[in-house]
Amino acid sequence: MTQADASAGSTASSPTEGLVTADGVSLKRSLQRAERRRRLMAFLLVSPLLAFILIIFIWPIAQMMWRSVDNPQVVEALPRTLEALEEWDGEGLPGEEVYAALARDFIEDQKLPRIEQKAGPLGIRLNYELSAARGAVARTVGDVPDFEPPYKEAFLDAHRLWGSTELWRVIEREGRPLTASYYVAATDREYNADGDIVLRDENRRIYVPLFGRTLGLSLTILGLTFLLGFPIAYYMSILPMRTANLLMICVLLPFWTSLLVRTTAWIVLLQQQGVINETLIAAGLLTDDGRLSLMYNMTGTVVAMTHILLPFMVLPLYSVMRTIPPSYMRAAKSLGATPFTAFRRVYFPQTLPGIGAGGVLVFIIAIGYYITPALVGGQDGRMISNEIARHMQQSLNWGLAAALGTMLLVGVLILYWAYNRLVGTDSLKLG
Amino acid sequence: MNKHILKIAGAGGLSSLLAFGVAQAQDPITLTVVSWGGAYTESQVRAYHEPYMEMNPHITIVNDDGSANALAGLRAQSQAGNVTWDLVDMLPSDAQLACDEGILLQIDHDEMLEPAPDGTPASEDFYDGSLGECYVSSIVYSTVLTYNREMFPEDKQPSTINDLFDPEGYPGRRALQDRPGTNLEWALYADGVDRDEIYDVLRTEEGQDRAFEKLSTIKDHLLFWTEGAQAPQLLADQEVSFTTGYNGRIFNAAQVEGQPFEIIWDGQIVEWDGWVIPAGGQHEEEVLKFVRWATDTQRLADQAKYISYGPARASSADLVGEHADLGIDMAPHMPTAPKNYQTPILLNNDFWTDYGDELRERFANWMLQ
Repeated sequence: MTQADASAGSTASSPTEGLVTADGVSLKRSLQRAERRRRLMAFLLVSPLLAFILIIFIWPIAQMMWRSVDNPQVVEALPRTLEALEEWDGEGLPGEEVYAALARDFIEDQKLPRIEQKAGPLGIRLNYELSAARGAVARTVGDVPDFEPPYKEAFLDAHRLWGSTELWRVIEREGRPLTASYYVAATDREYNADGDIVLRDENRRIYVPLFGRTLGLSLTILGLTFLLGFPIAYYMSILPMRTANLLMICVLLPFWTSLLVRTTAWIVLLQQQGVINETLIAAGLLTDDGRLSLMYNMTGTVVAMTHILLPFMVLPLYSVMRTIPPSYMRAAKSLGATPFTAFRRVYFPQTLPGIGAGGVLVFIIAIGYYITPALVGGQDGRMISNEIARHMQQSLNWGLAAALGTMLLVGVLILYWAYNRLVGTDSLKLG
Repeated sequence: MNKHILKIAGAGGLSSLLAFGVAQAQDPITLTVVSWGGAYTESQVRAYHEPYMEMNPHITIVNDDGSANALAGLRAQSQAGNVTWDLVDMLPSDAQLACDEGILLQIDHDEMLEPAPDGTPASEDFYDGSLGECYVSSIVYSTVLTYNREMFPEDKQPSTINDLFDPEGYPGRRALQDRPGTNLEWALYADGVDRDEIYDVLRTEEGQDRAFEKLSTIKDHLLFWTEGAQAPQLLADQEVSFTTGYNGRIFNAAQVEGQPFEIIWDGQIVEWDGWVIPAGGQHEEEVLKFVRWATDTQRLADQAKYISYGPARASSADLVGEHADLGIDMAPHMPTAPKNYQTPILLNNDFWTDYGDELRERFANWMLQ
């Protein structure tokens, strides 16, 4: 029996010991059986949803995370070379036997049907670690069958990189089925010649600053949606139902409009020749040369995303505020509190569950946003998800995209856990 | 007499009935062709898809505007074992990457492509560099610098790439594509590097520093575009006074829509674009037939009636005529027209497949600063 059952039945447990039902089975057994059937029913009822979530949500996420460490390319393409490389001490170039093994690996690979050949993926994989490595593989592999021993010279003639200890270090390091190198790259680090992990050249660091910016932007947007959403929600909560419903439609209207339409509408408003700038110039507040840059920068991202995410803040706040009886405020005032004190000590604390729910919603959605920043963000309004999307869709470096995505996911989970410890998710109220 | 006519009508009816029967005998096939959307897909539909469907009533060609993310789509379909794309239009560098991964059909050019009308085999008729292991180009296009005529005084219109890097002489914001390719080439070209040596310089650390330094001199004046359609839009809204863009889209905006755009052909960056066939597709035979037809000499020339991209075959050049709707002569608008082709830079795909990963990171870092 589970703890819950035990504690629930604790007061009644001793009297039931000796009791039997009409057909002679002990009451306890009979209750247990009924309980088990009930739980089985419950499980069966949720099982389609559970299976659905497992198959289309948990499983793909797990698979994606697996990609961030999965590293089959070198192992599959160069089994003989890796074996021969075990003797190599990492200093200078490896010996002739390694090059001979490399030649064998390439020749065997060429005999496979095109779709099973491993040299292509090998080159792409090595190029993530060392520029031009793809070219070294691609421009050598076809000629290898014509190579004559000594192979070392033949390879050195074919492409300069075969004579680089750096390439051989990469092959040795990545010659394992699991790798940490995607995470090393995702934290703006790289391996140096001794195999230690060091910070990258300053002009190639992008991901850590982007994570920082994403966090900063999301918090700014969270703050703005709160500042804008709180008064609206409060106002709606004190209005009569009919008027409140009308306002609610205004809040929900953006929800029913396509994301792209809303974003494009912001472009029309914010651009330098757009409605806002033109109005300010017509009003004489701006000169023609002093047009404001409201878009293609961080301002654009913040404005557009605050608008898009506002309903996620207003709805939970409103539903919580509706349940706060106005008599509490009256009581506080009749006991001598100033309106501000009454608001601060009586009303505001009761809205916290709504603020918590709205805040978590807005923040978590904001941190993973990418369409709006891509369209209105310009160069400094982009977020980490734009980089993830780029690696997924264009550079096709899914390992790095997976590493960045995993870091984002784990970061959100940590923040959620911290929130839970500090505030407690029991206090979340979504409506 | 009447009898005679009846006879002919009868024969005609019979033969059309027969033809109908033959068409019916072939199972209807739907080919999914992935391309870039917009004016470009439109030109393919009119030059290739519609005439082909007319000739082969059992075939329906469906468009999918997925080329911008074609690599990811091809890999995902191949890994899922469910290849739904039959033919994909993509850039040669991406095609090479996909070819290396083994997810494309290899193409034996002389075997699978139509020779020129005079019998020259395809591998010789197509321009140098326009064919790849898994790849057949259909067009040559170029990325060009364009400006809005109305934003500069009439006596001081820009004319070279150097003017892009001279914000004092030619004021206004500039829009560049948000990737290192083309931008780094122009930075070096404007910095005085010879057109033939750009990639040699860019291979070196110092050369890369030099390119980024040159770009930094105009960084405060820059906006970045991502999708091809954004560039003409920014220029039409006068958000920027210069933009880089694909010459076909600029042609469309300037000639068809009448925007006051002028192309600066100096330093145009020339590249191919064309077809790949995903391996493991369901209609391989039909697709090969279509590709053979759609890349023949006449068809490539036909596409130039609808968009100002040059055909990738030498034998098509003389067949390029007038724009189908505007009736203007298309030859002077081609990137390869002698007047425009004075100082072209040929995009080096090998360079970008080797150094792209590294330079994209550096470019992203540069944009962040």
